[in-house]
Amino acid sequence: MTTPSDKPPADPAWHGRLAAGLLGLALLWPLLLGSEFKPWTLLDAQSLAAAMRFLASFLPPAHSTEFLRQAAEATWQTVAIATAGMSLALLGAIPMTLLATTRLSLSRVGTNRMGWAAAVLRQLTRWKLVVLRSVPELVWALLFVRIFGLGPAAGVLAIALTYSGMLGKVYAEILESSDGHATATLIANGSGRLGAFLYGMLPEAAAELVSYTIYRWECAIRGSVVMGFVGAGGLGQRMDESLKMLAGDEVCAMLIVFVLLVAAADFVSKMLRGRLA
Amino acid sequence: MNGLATSAAMPPAPRPPWAMLALLLALASLVLASFLSLSLDWEALFTAEAIASAAEFLRSFAPPEMALEFLRRIAVGIAETLSISALGTGIAALLGGMLALPASGRFGVLLRLATRMLLNVLRSVPELVWAAIWLIAAGLGPFAGTLALAAHTTGVLGRLFADALENLPPQAEATLRINGAGPIAAFFYATLPQAAPQMISYVLYRWENNIRVATILGVVGAGGLGQMLKYHLSLFQMQQAASVIIAMLLLVALVDAASFWLRKALA
Repeated sequence: MTTPSDKPPADPAWHGRLAAGLLGLALLWPLLLGSEFKPWTLLDAQSLAAAMRFLASFLPPAHSTEFLRQAAEATWQTVAIATAGMSLALLGAIPMTLLATTRLSLSRVGTNRMGWAAAVLRQLTRWKLVVLRSVPELVWALLFVRIFGLGPAAGVLAIALTYSGMLGKVYAEILESSDGHATATLIANGSGRLGAFLYGMLPEAAAELVSYTIYRWECAIRGSVVMGFVGAGGLGQRMDESLKMLAGDEVCAMLIVFVLLVAAADFVSKMLRGRLA
Repeated sequence: MNGLATSAAMPPAPRPPWAMLALLLALASLVLASFLSLSLDWEALFTAEAIASAAEFLRSFAPPEMALEFLRRIAVGIAETLSISALGTGIAALLGGMLALPASGRFGVLLRLATRMLLNVLRSVPELVWAAIWLIAAGLGPFAGTLALAAHTTGVLGRLFADALENLPPQAEATLRINGAGPIAAFFYATLPQAAPQMISYVLYRWENNIRVATILGVVGAGGLGQMLKYHLSLFQMQQAASVIIAMLLLVALVDAASFWLRKALA
């Protein structure tokens, strides 16, 4: 016999849930206003028709020989921007890493205290690294496009600046978190900084350094596509042009190329990390 | 004689690492080919004239615009950026949660594969590219940015949620089911509470990331601080642009500090 009183109570915590729900809705309201959240504009007959026409033109993807040649060129340019930017970033990051690492301090030997000049230089280098990486690459690219004009130069320099900051910071962290025994012994016994770095630090940390560098190269490829949208060359710039002309078939083809490029970079990066790291 | 004896005792010399050398050579030629094919005009970049004009350009940023009226507009831009990031992440959490059910294999292998493919596609298109696409349907403004963040983040969160659900120990839900609870009740009272802490931490992490993305998303016209930056730069109003860049840096630094502090407080 089940009577209504045998049933478990509906939900013992319903007061709290209801209050939390109402509070959430109250918080949601200003967000909806702030981001001009108007989903009905998507269903507006005119914009719906435009979007539908655009989507319908996606199929079949553009595949004329001329277009494919241009897409291949743009893809190579994207890879080249990322690679050149990474090379320049390495040129900047390696000296800054050496300056920023406390383990290579000679004045610290025995006293465990750095000379004041060295300490100031280290701190300045660290701040420089912070400034370099805290401005987003896209903002650098926007600025460089204003200085050097449209084209790959802006992308290369933007990647070089941002990534030298990131690489320098992470390299210094990797070097300082690896086993410092060998380096300390070398320095304490009179080895020079460069010798201690090459024979003490590098063997301990090389694998991790290489693997992080390759990972960043992969990020740089994605980043250089995105920077193309502000005019820094490569696949992104082509995609932006096609989007502005509402050429859906070209956009579709380039999205496919982009996804393939990212997958290929992922594959190459895994392969290289397996081999080199 | 003596030399021969020692060499006989030595282990065979290691084979030269041809594969490694070839790989390094390939990398070096990739770098070389990149620089050559881009045909960067180094002279135009580093002549005294170019450096002077770059310095002139940088000098035009100072001093940043600090008028109260303009600061108010920056505050609106920050509020817009925060709204875009919060709403985009919220929508993505809802959609990602829904897609995570089929993606965690609850409705069969076929649906699992299909949803995971969809999530992969959503995820592999960057936020900024999504924004440029949504502009066509939603028009210029923060709404396109919200949808763009939602689209990319749905892919990320859906995948993470699905993995979280798949990796849960199944006993709790199975016990409820065996004892007669319906599948929906069993999910809500056994599986979801177990997975919730991890899912919430994924959402918060992603929100933090999306605030950073939302500040720059506007450079294609999708609202927030980025749109202000693009606007003032294209009118060559450098002092205003400088203020917007400073606001961006402060916002990101604040978010970093807040997340660092929260993590420490919660851990």
